[in-house]
Amino acid sequence: MSKDEKVAGVPNTSLPEGFVFDPERGARWFTRHGHTGFLGMEYHDHGEDWIELALPWREDLVGVEETGVLASGPIISLLDNATSMSVWTRQGTFNPQVTLDLRIDYVRAATPGKTVIARAECYQVRRSMAFVRGIAHEGDVTDPIAHTAGIFMLVSSVGWAKP
Amino acid sequence: MGQAVSEYHLPPYARSMGMEVDHVEDGAPVIAMDFATRVMGRPGFLHGGAIGGLLEMAAHAALRAELERQGSDSRIKPVNISIEYLRGGVQERTFARGEVIRAGRRVANVRVEAWQGDRSRLVASSWMNFLLAPPKT
Repeated sequence: MSKDEKVAGVPNTSLPEGFVFDPERGARWFTRHGHTGFLGMEYHDHGEDWIELALPWREDLVGVEETGVLASGPIISLLDNATSMSVWTRQGTFNPQVTLDLRIDYVRAATPGKTVIARAECYQVRRSMAFVRGIAHEGDVTDPIAHTAGIFMLVSSVGWAKP
Repeated sequence: MGQAVSEYHLPPYARSMGMEVDHVEDGAPVIAMDFATRVMGRPGFLHGGAIGGLLEMAAHAALRAELERQGSDSRIKPVNISIEYLRGGVQERTFARGEVIRAGRRVANVRVEAWQGDRSRLVASSWMNFLLAPPKT
C-alpha cells in the first residue's frame, strides 16, 4: 500500500497532526483490504455520526445452498465494520478500538440476489467506550434484515495492529 | 452417530472462508478456520465478523448434530446472537465448538466458544438462539 493510502485509511499508529477521518476515503481504504475486501463491501453513504456500507450478494457467501440466502456471517462482518467506522465518523478522527461485544437480532432472511446495506450510528462515546447501533436492510430501513447493538473499547495504539 | 456428524456439510460461505470440520467432540463438530488475509481485520488480527461467522457455523453444526440424534429434520433459522470478544485473534488456526443448552419444539439455545492454541484462553464466547421450523414438504 502507498503512504497516501495509509493516511487516508487508518492502520497507522502515528497519525499526522490535525488528522481528519474522512468516512468515504476511510471506508474505501478498508473495503480494499483483508476480510472486508474479501467480502466485497462497498462505501454507500455517511452523515455526522452515521455511515452506510453495502454488501452485494455473492454466490460464495451463501448460507443455505438450496435457497441462495446469504449466510449471516457476512452480515455480522458488515455490521461490525459499519458500526466500527461510525465511531470514527462521529469523532472525525481515527482512534484504535476493539470490539467488546456485538449483539444481533435477525429479523428476517436476506433476499437472495439483493445487496445488503448496513446503516450504523455511534450514539455515544465515553472515555473508554463507544456505543453503537445499526440496521441491516435492502434499501428500506423500515423493513430490516437485522438489528445490532454493540460496544467498542477504545485502546492504546501500542500493539493494536501488527503491520 | 459420529459418522453423520463428521460428514456435516458446510455451506458455500463457510467453505470460501476456509472453514472445515476439524474433528467431532462429544457429538459436536469442532469447526476450524486457518488464518489468511480473507479473515483479517486490523493488520495481523482476525476480523470480528470472521470470528462471528465461525461461531455461528459451530453453533449451527452442534444443533444439527443434536437434532439428528433426536431424529428431527427441522429447519434451523438463526434468531439472534450475542458475542463477547475476549482477546484478539492472532495469526493462527481458530477453533469453535457449540454446546446445545436446550433444543425444544420451537426454539433451541446454543452456547459457542472460539479459541486458538490454548483452549483455556478463549478468543470469543457467545450464545445463539434458533427457531426450529418443520421441514418443507
